[in-house]
Amino acid sequence: MSQISGVMNADYPGRVILAVDTSLGTAVALIDADGRSRADAATVDPLGHAEVIGDLLQRVLDGAGAGEISHVVAGMGPGPFTGLRIGIAAARAFALGRAIPVVPVPSHFAAALTAIETDAVTGAFAIVTDARRREVAITVFDGVDGDGIPSIVADTFLVPRVDADTHLDGIRRIDVDSLSAVDLARVGARANAAGRTLAGAEPLYLRAPDVSLPGAPKRVGS
Amino acid sequence: MSAPLVLGIETSCDETGIGIVRGRTLLSNTIASSMDEHARYGGVVPEVAARAHLEALQPSIEKALSEAGVGLEDLDAVAVTSGPGLAGALMVGVGAAKGLAVSLGKPLYAVNHLVGHIAADILTADSEPLEYPTIALLVSGGHTSLLHVRDLTSDVELLGETMDDAAGEAFDKVARLLSLPYPGGPEIDRAALDGDPAAIRFPRGLSRASDMAKHRYDFSFSGLKTAVARWVERCEADGVEVPVADVAASFREAVVDVLVTKALAACADLGVPRLLLGGGVIANRRLREVAVERAEAAGVTVRIPPLSLCTDNGAMIAALAAELISSGRRPSTLAFGADSTLPVTEIQVAESAVPEDGDPA
Ligand SMILES: [Zn+2]
Repeated sequence: MSQISGVMNADYPGRVILAVDTSLGTAVALIDADGRSRADAATVDPLGHAEVIGDLLQRVLDGAGAGEISHVVAGMGPGPFTGLRIGIAAARAFALGRAIPVVPVPSHFAAALTAIETDAVTGAFAIVTDARRREVAITVFDGVDGDGIPSIVADTFLVPRVDADTHLDGIRRIDVDSLSAVDLARVGARANAAGRTLAGAEPLYLRAPDVSLPGAPKRVGS
Repeated sequence: MSAPLVLGIETSCDETGIGIVRGRTLLSNTIASSMDEHARYGGVVPEVAARAHLEALQPSIEKALSEAGVGLEDLDAVAVTSGPGLAGALMVGVGAAKGLAVSLGKPLYAVNHLVGHIAADILTADSEPLEYPTIALLVSGGHTSLLHVRDLTSDVELLGETMDDAAGEAFDKVARLLSLPYPGGPEIDRAALDGDPAAIRFPRGLSRASDMAKHRYDFSFSGLKTAVARWVERCEADGVEVPVADVAASFREAVVDVLVTKALAACADLGVPRLLLGGGVIANRRLREVAVERAEAAGVTVRIPPLSLCTDNGAMIAALAAELISSGRRPSTLAFGADSTLPVTEIQVAESAVPEDGDPA
């Protein structure tokens, strides 16, 4: 691990892309610039992201062979906030360590690409993930666009789990509890190649912090 | 090995602290605080703090590096707070520290926040080195702990801690009772300026003879807070204006009295003539005054690091790791997590085993 470089060379033959996602389990992968998987490591545990993230990163680096990492793709959620932030923090710090850019990608894009390219799902479909508090996060996609990126039909929204179907109106529902960092990396690579930005710097929280403004102090009586 | 160059990451509460030290020399102490965002809620909101850490980390690391005039490739190690603290906030720092350490291929040291507060002392320029053993009193919005420090890197014992609110929390809550803004510490200090500290005799928590048997070095501030609330309510019921200055001064006196009394009792009981103060509440002028005055009378030497090193910061985390490295400790494995209740005896978390070939890393 000595190739720490701030120099970006688009023609570097061994360029690889790292992806990190902790929106569900913890998933880390390295792919070649052409999208081939180099190394992939994941746990499906919806907790424990902080414990495993370092070892998973180390494992994909060790397993990937030679290659200079050109980008770090960060899965931006939606997902339970506490876990989600760990992957984003790790992705950003990793990128900082190598002086390379972070490519933020909404995590549902990875699940959508898996559905389309691995599971051959056609037509409109909804990626549904747990959002805690008896809610689910839903994004509706339909195929891929000209850049090979899943096309969003309806932006991500939160609904009570029991109401999910009424919001889907017959659209095929795909419930997901883990996702492929390889596919996340692929979406990031395609977005980057097309010069597109799929997410902002802020995670997809979809919910304000759970706080209440203090009222008058409670009476304690005498 | 020459003095190790270490970058420390601290995110246990509402300060995103990045510090860079070379051994015992402070190169940068960068702090981004989300305190303003918590002000409207009257206290630290964990989710708000965690969101702020994620935003602040990268710019803070960059700022610290440029301030220190070093590059990431120059570092000998990365250090991070593993606990104690707010779990969700700690995890942001742990994730970042692991990402950075793996990216750079540098060793990572996961350390204890409370012991970090003690380590802050060794960064104090031009002072005599810390002598052992010493009693340490750490007081902040998150903790109130009394420690017996026999060695910074290997032997720290918890003598006592708060059973309910931290002292800083008590200041915040009483400030609210007096309709003063957050954070309460400086506000109470200001309000107390013209007050009479002897005007009202508020209770000293866990100080009765019966309590002292079991909780000699422990603290409790919730009874004090309730006593203040009752007092204020009684004023209102009687239709008299609350004498804010006197209440503030008398409340502060009760907090300071119990903190200093218990700390000096520990010094006397254990025959340790040294007291180290740390934590954000040390900013309270009256606490410093009383501690210095009464310690002197008791023949105890008081050490107070500069305020910028007393509040939560990354430099103290880096300093502790640098001491661990210098004392031959191996890095932590990558498998540790955030431990919101990490005991003070765990100075370093998840130290890696001696490699099979016996060659220390
Ligand atoms: Zn602290």
